[in-house]
Amino acid sequence: MPQAARPTSPYLQIYRWPLSMALSILHRATGVALAVGTILLVALLLALASGPESYARVRGFAGSWFGLILLFGWSWALCFHLCNGIRHLFWDAGYGYSIQRARASGLAVVVVSVVLTALIWACVIAQGGAA
Amino acid sequence: MSDENVRNQSGPVATTNARAVDYQTPLKRVLALGSARGGTHHFITQRVTALALIPLTLWALALALALVRADYAHARAILHHTFAAVWLSAFVVAVFWHAQLGLQVVIEDYVHTRWLEVVSQLAVKFFCVIGALTAVVAIGRIAFA
Repeated sequence: MPQAARPTSPYLQIYRWPLSMALSILHRATGVALAVGTILLVALLLALASGPESYARVRGFAGSWFGLILLFGWSWALCFHLCNGIRHLFWDAGYGYSIQRARASGLAVVVVSVVLTALIWACVIAQGGAA
Repeated sequence: MSDENVRNQSGPVATTNARAVDYQTPLKRVLALGSARGGTHHFITQRVTALALIPLTLWALALALALVRADYAHARAILHHTFAAVWLSAFVVAVFWHAQLGLQVVIEDYVHTRWLEVVSQLAVKFFCVIGALTAVVAIGRIAFA
């Protein structure tokens, strides 16, 4: 049979996304986002090593509305990637493969990541704000 | 051709003692397009860095929260402690190592233009090494000040 005439399997948009499928791609997306976020981490450490002016500049950026949106997004991405990563480690060890278990652990990951993010920002606000 | 490997010219190669089956076709072997045999190491390193990052990340989060209200001098004082400097360095190294391994797989899966794939793999590797080195040197400058 010629290559082009082979039957092809339906692509992503055909399926109703199960939770595990959404979380799987989110794990990658948050991983990539967090890799980008390391730029701010390195910038903050460099500024702290360089002097008070540069430290104030980086903190000023982090405290701006744009910086706060980024930080909020990265904080949730970190919590999610951490929780879902632990879920993956359990799978790697051979546990939790049944559909019900995978669904339940997926739901737990979503809930815990949201709660953790809320806790982080509650701590920030309790200390008198982010700036 | 050794006695141990009885090669079937048209398909995968079976070994007589059934220890291993070579799934490469003769054409693949000639073109050297087989596996690099690095997959297991990648898998294990990704999991080991992930495992290390669980406590390191929780600690780094606590550190970040401690830095929220700290002024410049206080922030430097926190990182002046040997313990903080060592753990933050470990965190940063594990982060960039884990990031490189993860981004590598994402690029392998989604970038199908050969030159773009090679360029982005190299860019990611260089970015991660420079990022980790920069962070560790910065931490060192604060810790040894």
